[in-house]
Amino acid sequence: MQFKQYFKLKENIPSHVYVALGVFSFVILLAVWCILTYGGHVPSLFLPSPSDIIVQFYHMLTELNLLRDILASLYRVMAGFILASLIGVPLGLLMGSFKIAEGLIEPIVGFVRYMPASAFIPLLILWIGIGDLQKIAVIFIGTFFQQVLMIRDVAKNVSNELIDTSYTLGADQKAAFIRVILPAALPGIMDTLRITLGWAWTYLVVAELVAASSGLGYMIMEAQRFLRTAGIIVGILVIGLLGLVTDILFKTAYNRMFPWLEGRSE
Amino acid sequence: MTAIPLKYLKTDTHLHPVKREPKLRVHHVSKVFEQKTRIVTALEDTNFDVREGEFVTILGPSGCGKSTILKVIAGLTEPSSGYVMLNNQRVNGPGADRGMVFQAYTLFPWLTVEQNIGFGLQLKGIAKPQRHKIVQHYLELIGLNGFGAMYPNNLSGGMKQRVAIARALANDPEVLLMDEPFGALDAQTRTVMQELLLKVWEESQKTILFVTHDIDEAIFMGDRVYVMTARPGRLKAEIPIPIHRPREFSIKTSPEFMHLKAEILELIREESWKAASEIGS
Repeated sequence: MQFKQYFKLKENIPSHVYVALGVFSFVILLAVWCILTYGGHVPSLFLPSPSDIIVQFYHMLTELNLLRDILASLYRVMAGFILASLIGVPLGLLMGSFKIAEGLIEPIVGFVRYMPASAFIPLLILWIGIGDLQKIAVIFIGTFFQQVLMIRDVAKNVSNELIDTSYTLGADQKAAFIRVILPAALPGIMDTLRITLGWAWTYLVVAELVAASSGLGYMIMEAQRFLRTAGIIVGILVIGLLGLVTDILFKTAYNRMFPWLEGRSE
Repeated sequence: MTAIPLKYLKTDTHLHPVKREPKLRVHHVSKVFEQKTRIVTALEDTNFDVREGEFVTILGPSGCGKSTILKVIAGLTEPSSGYVMLNNQRVNGPGADRGMVFQAYTLFPWLTVEQNIGFGLQLKGIAKPQRHKIVQHYLELIGLNGFGAMYPNNLSGGMKQRVAIARALANDPEVLLMDEPFGALDAQTRTVMQELLLKVWEESQKTILFVTHDIDEAIFMGDRVYVMTARPGRLKAEIPIPIHRPREFSIKTSPEFMHLKAEILELIREESWKAASEIGS
């Protein structure tokens, strides 16, 4: 393939080129970082070098109980996210399937959704203190209201013709819901969960920046207080990696669950 | 039926073995949609019968309400007035006794071809071995042996519609309603599908009501053709098709076929002019 081919609009490129490009951009980033830090162009207080980060990471792992913070954060994210999903997915499906449910719930959800979850923190501290539950509540508020509306749209987008088809094959409403709406919505539900899990991580940090004594957000705050810039960056990187891992898990599950999505589309 | 010129009135020219009693009766059915600013009459006082084992086609331009008729018969849409009788029983809501094949591809994409065909059977609670046998029979009938484990995404448009037909037939409905099932297919595939459907119909002895906007298709497939006009949608004429069965593609160029086609074209042209002058005035 000619080099010019790579610059055609929306044209596919060979997969090895695609992968190489990804590696290349990482290498460039790393190179710039190395030049800035090892070259002495930026003081290490503002930007520590890659080796500083690794040393700091090891230090935090062995001396500062990084693992405990990771587990604390993981627990909060998962608890808040799973709780939100357990209520949000069925509720969203109901709203997308029954106009009456939508009419009842949509106004409240649509309103609360615009209230920033972080603004609830003072109120939540007042109500339920500064324990794990309060962090979980922030994550719940941050993800639930978005999730409900996204799931509703997924359910709404299930083709009416598929539902009609099931009726002409003898399905009643219950069968149509279980055998058509549910399986048709499942890929969309998985997509929504994947996206909102990312948001849950964002709200976790927000929740842990205030009135926390453990967790990655707390750890980042502590590092900032003592001007351990490397510690801040380690915290950010760890969250990024955890997000990446969950994303990959979701993607793998997605491909396993929906073999029928592959193939040509017309 | 109203306003049918005498020369189009039904004569007994059936060459296909058809039992006499009406299987399906559409009785004074109309459908009015109330929109925000106006009221649209999709279907005006419509009456017709389909007899057991008959293949009836409804021919009309797009937007003439021919899909509405099928939806009313299927029970997916409530008529504004009138009713539909199937085997002398009033139709009330959708049911497995009226199978339907849509123009859009409506295979369930998460089910394999086999599972799609078995969908209605499973709802009926038919046990797996029995179900498997029926599914295999219909797979064979539509010539898709060996495709049972594939997902719809991997099938061509023609194959998808064949599976949709098999799925509807496997349920053993009293009537099969077909809403422009070949409308999205290319000309070559469409021809193949028409012949295949006729073969399947002859074998299964089903009663079929088939809607199309393609004159050739309406004549080629039907024992009788109902010609519809638009705005408001109504049946204008009933034309028997006295062409011998089994029919093959070659009859589409026979003088007999051409004569019928000319007759129907003239009918449609009259109506189009009328509609055009009404809009103009």
